Amino acid sequence: MEKKNTTNKTDILCYHCGDVCRDESVENGGLHFCCSGCKLVYEILRENDLCKYYELGEKPGITPSVRSKVKYEFLDDEQVKKQVLAFSDGKMSVVTFLIPQMHCSSCIWLLENMHRLDEGVTYSRVDFPKKKATIKFNEEKTSLRKIAELLDSLGYEPSISLDAAEKKIRSDHTKKLYYKIGVAGFCFGNIMLLSFPEYLGLEKLSDPEFHKLFGFLNLLLSLPVFFYSASEYYISAFKGLKNKVINLDFPVFLGILVSFIRSLYEIVFQTGAGYMDSMAGLVFLLLVGKVFQSKTYDSMNFERTYKSYFPLSVTVIKSGTETTIPLEKLKIGDRILIRNNEIIPVDSILFRGDGSIDYSFVTGESSPVPKVLGEIIYAGGRQTGSLIELEVIKNVSQSYLTGLWNNDTFRKEKASSLKTFSDVISKYFTLVTLILAFAGAAYNMQESPDKALNVFTAILIVACPCALALAIPFTFGNIMRIFGRNKFYVKNASVVEYLSRTTSIVFDKTGTLTHSRKSDISFSGKKLSSNELSLVKSLTRQSTHPLSRKIYEYLKNKETLGVTDFTERAGKGISGRIENDFVVIGSEEFAAGMTPEQNGLSLENSSRVYLSVNGESLGYFSVSNSYREGLGETISALEKKYELHLLSGDNESERPFLEKYFRDPLQMYFRQSPENKLKYIKALQNEGSSVLMVGDGLNDAGALKQSDIGISISENVSNFSPACDGILEAERFNKLPDILKLSGDSIKIIITSFAVSFVYNLVALEIAFRGLLEPIIAAVLMPVSSISVVLFSVLLSNFVAKRRGFG
Amino acid sequence: MSVIVVLIAVSVLVAAGFLAAFLWAVKNGQFEDKYTPSVRMLFDDEKIKEKQENK
Repeated sequence: MEKKNTTNKTDILCYHCGDVCRDESVENGGLHFCCSGCKLVYEILRENDLCKYYELGEKPGITPSVRSKVKYEFLDDEQVKKQVLAFSDGKMSVVTFLIPQMHCSSCIWLLENMHRLDEGVTYSRVDFPKKKATIKFNEEKTSLRKIAELLDSLGYEPSISLDAAEKKIRSDHTKKLYYKIGVAGFCFGNIMLLSFPEYLGLEKLSDPEFHKLFGFLNLLLSLPVFFYSASEYYISAFKGLKNKVINLDFPVFLGILVSFIRSLYEIVFQTGAGYMDSMAGLVFLLLVGKVFQSKTYDSMNFERTYKSYFPLSVTVIKSGTETTIPLEKLKIGDRILIRNNEIIPVDSILFRGDGSIDYSFVTGESSPVPKVLGEIIYAGGRQTGSLIELEVIKNVSQSYLTGLWNNDTFRKEKASSLKTFSDVISKYFTLVTLILAFAGAAYNMQESPDKALNVFTAILIVACPCALALAIPFTFGNIMRIFGRNKFYVKNASVVEYLSRTTSIVFDKTGTLTHSRKSDISFSGKKLSSNELSLVKSLTRQSTHPLSRKIYEYLKNKETLGVTDFTERAGKGISGRIENDFVVIGSEEFAAGMTPEQNGLSLENSSRVYLSVNGESLGYFSVSNSYREGLGETISALEKKYELHLLSGDNESERPFLEKYFRDPLQMYFRQSPENKLKYIKALQNEGSSVLMVGDGLNDAGALKQSDIGISISENVSNFSPACDGILEAERFNKLPDILKLSGDSIKIIITSFAVSFVYNLVALEIAFRGLLEPIIAAVLMPVSSISVVLFSVLLSNFVAKRRGFG
Repeated sequence: MSVIVVLIAVSVLVAAGFLAAFLWAVKNGQFEDKYTPSVRMLFDDEKIKEKQENK
């Protein structure tokens, strides 16, 4: 977790989380805390003698979120429990929680000492890279809900998802791959050992009985490689053929098959020693390449849907009593309660209370929209302010925002219309190899059919595209790692290839081109004194409204004073008395002292916040989005090569500013709904463009999914980001042109590696063509060419990445 | 020369033993989390003090 690094030395840092303390009032035994939440966690830990937590890491704590107590009530529901628990026999239960907040060794220590905080916990284990904690507990002494609440109270908010179980499949697949490598490596080593007499030409000196024995042992050892370790390649090759595609696995399959059959023949009929060593070595190296390519970022999730954003449960009022039910059980006509900062999970009508809905998730608009009784509130908004009561008018999956996931785009796997590089090349490769093999056979036919067959098989063995099959995974895998080190995390290695084909780039505005948290704030009006600024800061501190927070942050270095008579009017403003001054901040009418009951006053589309002190209007703060550093250079670097588009859910107020950057103003569209964005991308693709979408929020989810490559910009990678192919940390936004260039380079690197191995192959082919492929030559040539290709592609990609400025 | 047959049998058996160990380790998930155990081993075991009534 990143800490603020712009702290002054004089600031008092919170003993728990290390944030700057705003005042000194929150303390315990001489230790200062930034808020009562942090202090509470400290007290819990001290009471249970767990203060070692603070010795293991420097300021390891996390400020616990302030939320309602009933949040985890739904975990008492039997049906939900069944879905969440990994195992239960009624007495003992096991649960695995995803805890994104986990960040240091102190966290591991505390989470593995859960039994000291809750007697019912018998065992807890942390998997740090996956950010998961597995907890075994006694159902009689504690409950799932209590454990979740305990974690939450310590600041480790568990992220509970009801559609789990998909991750397990991947882990099984990785295990299988490891088994296969183990078997292939074992057989490869032993076959090599038994082939040594052959390599050194010793078989003529020794007993022919040994020769026979070694041959049969080799045959025995090659069986698991041929039938087990290499099986994926056969399956993939046949799948390709079924879809009328000759993929790269087809020539690999051909090479393995032919070398196995020929070796089998030679060993059984005692005509030679066969090429089992080469076959096993090839399979082993190919599998290693597969592992190298399959680097994954365990703690990240590239497959999120709206379900990850929405609450799992909701409070329902039925005949006067409040109960918490899982979201899926919500029906049309139900009355639901939404508290401050909770997300409205379903389209509904405001029934009671003052609505002030922050739609930044859905539209990118950052100012909350006030809502009055009877108005429809769309799902995805976040209530800011007081408690509201709503009546549900649509099902969860049919709501305005969630309806996006019913679009066909989300039903099917992302299948690009474009063929992969290896598919294109392997078609020609296979064709050329087969032609060569037949030509060689025909050429030697005059001498003897035996020799013709010999040459035919030798060519197929030698020309096996090991260079290609190795250069591709090692180059893409390595580039993917380099991206990862530079805070650009891609879902899988093929993303690198698709990136290199991008022709158009579509940007979202809010949160992508602009900072989602930072804003530019300026004050117009009377010049404010330091005391007046302190008044503003003190008042805004009391409010959770996003604009208040922004102004509060802006006035970081001012003093704060005590506020009395604080009132907050949703959608209007805040007021309060500080010593002898009465301060009002809010919309123009509100600040000017007009009655707040008047309707029609709204903060919508206005980022002006008016200030009045003791009834005198002093002016207004204008809050505008702040663009990312280096935006101009990034855009102009991209403009040269790509067609740029801008799709914003926001209003057009920033158009004049953006026109400075975007060459073609016609490609800027404002007030785009999530559905519009998706359709726009589809239209671009129909024109033949390969589209890269760069977005951030849920409102871009459809566009990210539809695009050929969707990159999500994230301020904090462990936070949510919608389903995408890559997550780029926001501070590296200006690296985008370099990322695209490097992925383009990766294709060139593969071609170069291929050319290098082609030289080897030419030599080998020449030998094979003349029917002189001795086992010793094959045994030396195969590993040398394979390993040199691997080294070459890895070193070259490292070199190129360094020159492009990647660390 | 027949000693070589014995040697080869032994060497293959030893290697097979290592293969079995590797497969067992994969099956037990020892390659799934390569980071946490390295931190865990540095935590000291400590006696849990009896909770005192008045702190």
